Amino acid sequence: MIKVDHLAKRYADVYAVDDISFEVNQGEILGLLGPNGAGKTTTMRILTCYMPATSGTATVAGYDVFRDSINVRKQIGYLPENVPLYPEMRVKEYLSFRAKLKKLPYRERKTKIDECLEKCRITDVQNQIIGTLSKGYRQRVGLADTLVHDPKILILDEPTIGLDPNQIRQVRQLIKELGEKHTILLSTHILPEVEMICGRVIIINKGKIVAMDTPSNLATQLRSGNNIMIEVRGNGEKIKNSLSAIKGVKKVVWHDRGELNNFTIEAERGMDIREDVFANIVKNNGIIREMKQASITLEEIFHQITMQEQEVTI
Amino acid sequence: MTSIGTIFQREINAYFLSPVAYVIIAVFTVFSGYFFSIMLGITQESTLRYSLAYTQFILSILTPVITMRLLAEENKTGTIEPLMTAPVTDFEVVFGKFLSAWALYNIMIAPTALYIIFLAWVGSPDYGAIIASYIGLILMGGLFISIGLLVSAVTKNQIVAAVIGIVALLILLVIGLASSGNEGWFYNALKYIGTYDHWDTFTKGIVDTRDVIYYVSFTALLIFIVVRIVESRRWR
Ligand SMILES: Nc1ncnc2c1ncn2[C@@H]1O[C@H](COP(=O)(O)OP(=O)(O)O)[C@@H](O)[C@H]1O
Ligand SMILES: [Mg+2]
Repeated sequence: MIKVDHLAKRYADVYAVDDISFEVNQGEILGLLGPNGAGKTTTMRILTCYMPATSGTATVAGYDVFRDSINVRKQIGYLPENVPLYPEMRVKEYLSFRAKLKKLPYRERKTKIDECLEKCRITDVQNQIIGTLSKGYRQRVGLADTLVHDPKILILDEPTIGLDPNQIRQVRQLIKELGEKHTILLSTHILPEVEMICGRVIIINKGKIVAMDTPSNLATQLRSGNNIMIEVRGNGEKIKNSLSAIKGVKKVVWHDRGELNNFTIEAERGMDIREDVFANIVKNNGIIREMKQASITLEEIFHQITMQEQEVTI
Repeated sequence: MTSIGTIFQREINAYFLSPVAYVIIAVFTVFSGYFFSIMLGITQESTLRYSLAYTQFILSILTPVITMRLLAEENKTGTIEPLMTAPVTDFEVVFGKFLSAWALYNIMIAPTALYIIFLAWVGSPDYGAIIASYIGLILMGGLFISIGLLVSAVTKNQIVAAVIGIVALLILLVIGLASSGNEGWFYNALKYIGTYDHWDTFTKGIVDTRDVIYYVSFTALLIFIVVRIVESRRWR
């Protein structure tokens, strides 16, 4: 439903989004998880045609976000961060205005609006002035707006930010229900939130994708400590044995590609074994072509995310 | 179906839900009534010409107050984002807002029609001149509003939008006034740019195509520029 291909967005001299590619499949709820400033909002603004990318392409429901912007906008319901609304309007009046803007035919308007009010549980405040609503109600008015033209795709930017725990629970429940009918891309900086709602997660940091998987796989990967991935030219068998002997190594996975070998070395938490790995490979006449410490970055990101959560809860 | 009407309707409702519309209408009615009675007393002539000459000054101050919120407020509160990610074009948004402000402007000047009834009662006014004046007044309003809309598009602060708008309109008025009665290419150019000379022709009862073209083309150009400014977030 959404296809993002090498997308990048530059502000002045910094890349807010730096060469990201991913897909959102029909019917799934995909979470964009990352700390503040990761580039989540920027990505969503590009997908909703609010601003163009510096490079790369994106299609939504088969339409290009740059060339076919009006068609893209017809397919999506977008909840911007912090849910900006017109404070002087009444809830129902606002939804009616939005339905007209979204070209919902006159005949369907009333039933559709009533349906959205019902679904978002705001029927009882439909005649209230938006400026007098609590944050939780405003959030649900924003959600009702995203649904009013029955779009295939919902794009929700931090839908639970600034709500109290009770409201958070309700909004999450609502999003889950919506996921049964709509394809959803949502962003958050709260780790448990994606575990609760999303089928798949993309972790994004400093504009780059650092991991993409199901929440449970990511959690396993995280618990398993730090991994080093290397590519070596040389005798794989011999190198594998010597690597396994290094102090602190828990497991070595060997992927034999003939001349070349890929190893994933799992080390104990907090152990930096990179220099030992290097020395051992050289001793066995291997040549290191690449070495990266994949999950350390992931762990750092999670650390940052958890730090923020603590700040929020305190 | 176009969204211009949808935008227009929301903006008109927003005007009358806030005190601004009522305050502006009241202030205008008080001042225009004051000038009307003063000029009537001085000239003893059954005409709107002299009082309308002063009206331009009040309009230069009040019109930017009408337009200040149009885009500045959306920029500030962020409502511009849901607005522009709905399937509407930038032109529909800008033009709908322009029309709503123009409508309020016309509602604001409508009570002056009472003065005509008064003039008809005390004398015999030249209705041709009065109709021409109103055509001029309405066209001038379009220009003033497009200038105010332009200022509102480039700031998040309504007060800043109003102040810059007022200064810009007063400059336009002053360069027209200052060059009026002078000759030469320089003064003629200033006269053409300034609003005073064009407006003066209307109050004399003359609807000159050149003046109509001045107002309409200047307004259209400014609306075009505002659309480009709203679009510009796309290349920033
Ligand atoms: N309009 C802008 N001008 C300049 N820099 C911006 C602008 N918007 C966002 N940024 C920068 O881009 C980066 C990503 O921001 P954003 O997409 O809002 O992140 P997130 O939504 O994940 O918190 C941040 O470093 C932010 O400072
Ligand atoms: Mg954000």
